[in-house]
Amino acid sequence: MLDFLQFRGPWDVVQLAAWVVSIALLLWMLWDAIRVSKQYSEDVLTSSQEGVDELALQQDAHKKS
Amino acid sequence: MTDITASGAKADSAGKPSINLAKVLGPIHVWALGVGIVLVGEFMGWNLSIEKGGALGSIIACWIVGLLYTCVAMIDSEVTSTVAAAGGQYTQAKHTTGPLMAFNVGLYLVLAYTMLEAADIFVFGDLVRIAAENLGAEPGSVDARPFVLLAVSVLAWLNYRGVFMALSVNFLITAVAFASIVILFVAYQFGIGTGQDLQHQELGMGSLPYGWMGVLAAFQFAIWYYLGIEGTCQAAEEVRSCGRSLPLGTMTGMITLLIAAALTWYVCSGVMPWEYLGLTLAPLYDASLMTGNTVLIVLLWTGTVFSALASANGCINDAARAWFSMGRDRYLPQFFAAVHPKYRTPYRAILFLIPIAASFGFLQLLGPVITFSILSGLLGYTFMPINMFRFRSKWPLDTIKRGYIHPFHPLPSIVLITLCAATYVAVYLGFGTQLLAMMVFYVVASVWFVLFRYKFVRRGDQFTMAWPRPRGY
Repeated sequence: MLDFLQFRGPWDVVQLAAWVVSIALLLWMLWDAIRVSKQYSEDVLTSSQEGVDELALQQDAHKKS
Repeated sequence: MTDITASGAKADSAGKPSINLAKVLGPIHVWALGVGIVLVGEFMGWNLSIEKGGALGSIIACWIVGLLYTCVAMIDSEVTSTVAAAGGQYTQAKHTTGPLMAFNVGLYLVLAYTMLEAADIFVFGDLVRIAAENLGAEPGSVDARPFVLLAVSVLAWLNYRGVFMALSVNFLITAVAFASIVILFVAYQFGIGTGQDLQHQELGMGSLPYGWMGVLAAFQFAIWYYLGIEGTCQAAEEVRSCGRSLPLGTMTGMITLLIAAALTWYVCSGVMPWEYLGLTLAPLYDASLMTGNTVLIVLLWTGTVFSALASANGCINDAARAWFSMGRDRYLPQFFAAVHPKYRTPYRAILFLIPIAASFGFLQLLGPVITFSILSGLLGYTFMPINMFRFRSKWPLDTIKRGYIHPFHPLPSIVLITLCAATYVAVYLGFGTQLLAMMVFYVVASVWFVLFRYKFVRRGDQFTMAWPRPRGY
């Protein structure tokens, strides 16, 4: 039943490393997403506006100044 | 709650704070996105068109389907140079056609890219397994699944952390994969380290074994040469100069793909008989194996792996943008419209789609998954001529400024819809049941949208472009 714990060669180590790195990255993204959701309100996180060109706005502001 | 002025948030024109996607991309990123998604089709998949129509039939289908995609690229470039928003064809559809069409187009995009991503990560895992066995691992002892998960988690992490890095990496690995095709062609053409010449005539290149019906049947697999180039539109909200960068990146991408497709076909059909070529998994890698040259073999294995990763990376980017845009317009729960305040990416959309792609990658059903992706893409292409006609009639050339105006309108739209119809016939010949099942799926999804979701859509809010009132309204 615990065959997967048997060491059969270097590729077992590579496979194990792949599982560990994958799960670590996925958990980090999940943790970060939860952290951000707690830190910022939904109104701010979902406030993006389609078609807003920040660069154009900056250029306009620069021209006016 | 954190003071948003201390983060990436900025105030909009009304003084209300907002966090938008970062405008950091240039034309090379657009090229990397479009070509990156597609190039894996040169390394595998296109050769099934040879099984249907022979070598000559495959190249005829390659050029005709190339014409279909050139029309797609021209139409996309014109509309997207004006609609500078994430969501690509979905966003175009909601402006030119209506909510139900937009919902369907959004769904085509998400499913086409997510299924293609699943196929890519499955291919990556399998290539690592094959390499391990070639390097001495006991056959059957290496599991592909950890590498499937590794590919999707690393690429999703890159996309989560920022679009600039994700697409810069895509540019690098796509360029290496493209260079590997060119180097293999040069090696064979000039006899450098290959030990054999190209033999097109001797291998029966000049005949159509199944006649013109075989050429028509080859259409469905010739799509692999170019499937996904339309994904460049998803970057519209994040490029610095949309009107210039989008058309430039898309058109150079299309030219790159036409060159890559021609070189791939030329090399492979010159070294392998068409009967074998139509069945093999990775024809370019096989062509490198036939040289016996270690440098070329390693280069083409690397190119194949990189092309699969680049495709998955681009698909994560595009599927997340389409999902995010639909959430922003409330076609889906608004929860998915969140932008990360630090990385400025649609992080919830990226996270949500990971388990879907990974589970299909684990299932190892390459055929059905890629067929679903191709058919969803084809439905999207069928929408484009309708989109173009409506766009030009509602907002003629003199009414809004365009970054690019495609020539010969309405000829590209007519050619596109004609070739789409021919490709449907070809798909019906090979995948009739899947085509009908998929149509039923989209009809059911549309009914769900009309009955249960449409009430949440704020119709007035979704017309975001600063355009004049459309002609006739």
